[in-house]
Amino acid sequence: MHELSITRNIVAIVGEAAAGRRVSRVTLDIGRLSGVMAEAIEFCFPIVAEGTALAGAALAVNLIDGRARCAECHAEFFADTLFTPCPCGSRHTTRLAGEELSVKTMELGETG
Amino acid sequence: MCAICGCSGEHDHHHDDGHDHEHEHVHADGTRHSHDGHDHHHEHARIVELETRILAKNDASAERNRAWFAERSILALNLVSAPGAGKTTLLERTIRDLKDELPISVLEGDQATALDGDRIRAAGAPAVQINTGTGCHLDADMVARGLAELQPAPRSLVLIENVGNLVCPALFDLGERAKAAILSVTEGDDKPLKYPHMFAAAQLMIVNKIDLLAHVDFNVDRAVAHARAVNPAIEVLWVSARSGKGLAGWYEWLRRAAGRTRDDRIAAGA
Repeated sequence: MHELSITRNIVAIVGEAAAGRRVSRVTLDIGRLSGVMAEAIEFCFPIVAEGTALAGAALAVNLIDGRARCAECHAEFFADTLFTPCPCGSRHTTRLAGEELSVKTMELGETG
Repeated sequence: MCAICGCSGEHDHHHDDGHDHEHEHVHADGTRHSHDGHDHHHEHARIVELETRILAKNDASAERNRAWFAERSILALNLVSAPGAGKTTLLERTIRDLKDELPISVLEGDQATALDGDRIRAAGAPAVQINTGTGCHLDADMVARGLAELQPAPRSLVLIENVGNLVCPALFDLGERAKAAILSVTEGDDKPLKYPHMFAAAQLMIVNKIDLLAHVDFNVDRAVAHARAVNPAIEVLWVSARSGKGLAGWYEWLRRAAGRTRDDRIAAGA
């Protein structure tokens, strides 16, 4: 359950940036190939946020699909695993998206 | 204009309802600056752009560990595997065979008990046991605290035995030079596909318990193909920590990696 320590990191990052102000909403980017389950973060978030500036804040997760580019045919394609080959058959690919793991924004203000 | 994000300090952002509001940016390096708004007709929740990588703190701490190792020409390896793959047995054997040639010390991560630390010390190497409690992986701060206690010698080898788990440790950089994933033949040749993050993050796959190959359905070619499907550059070594078969190749790998660590230090001008 690394999602618990991931969630602790999220709450720490936002709490520090909020500098004592109340946070009503947090937006995350989580890539589908990041190895982190959004559902588990959503489960942990209210518990970890309890007693912090983020208590009661809403959590919005942008799930980002995996995309890669083929080094041989240069096509860009959808990759639903870390080892999805290019439709042309090549495994020489560069991942373009899907491994994101970041806090995008916070919204300040009273939760309600 | 903000030199980091390029946004206008004058603030030129409009809303459909025809009024502006202030916003603030906090950059990954902690720089904070505000773009003050104009008259507010009514209260708005303020949106603050953070754009911060969730693991930024761990990664910064891992970079400090990496610099600490580099200054001392210490080769640090992060050993990861499922529980029971034979990490501790491989370490015990490595310590017994190499300790006169290459000083070795161990950071031993487990959820509970000091059993593995005791085994390592009995094999003849200093060890610091890190119990993660409910945690399923080591992080860079735990390693930094462990190093302060372990005090490894310059030009030595530090082996970090991560918690037995093929999922979580893949995400947490500890500051190591390389991750070595240990896969035992009793686990099946499809492990690299089932746990792709770990095998994608590892530079080396050590297949252990090859003395049992005759007794299990483990296809060596398929295991390599699966590992390379996830990580085309991964190196593969075949060993039995119990019988000693193949260990010479592992020791040679360690000698070369230790040599490169020292060369890097020389190249860095020290």
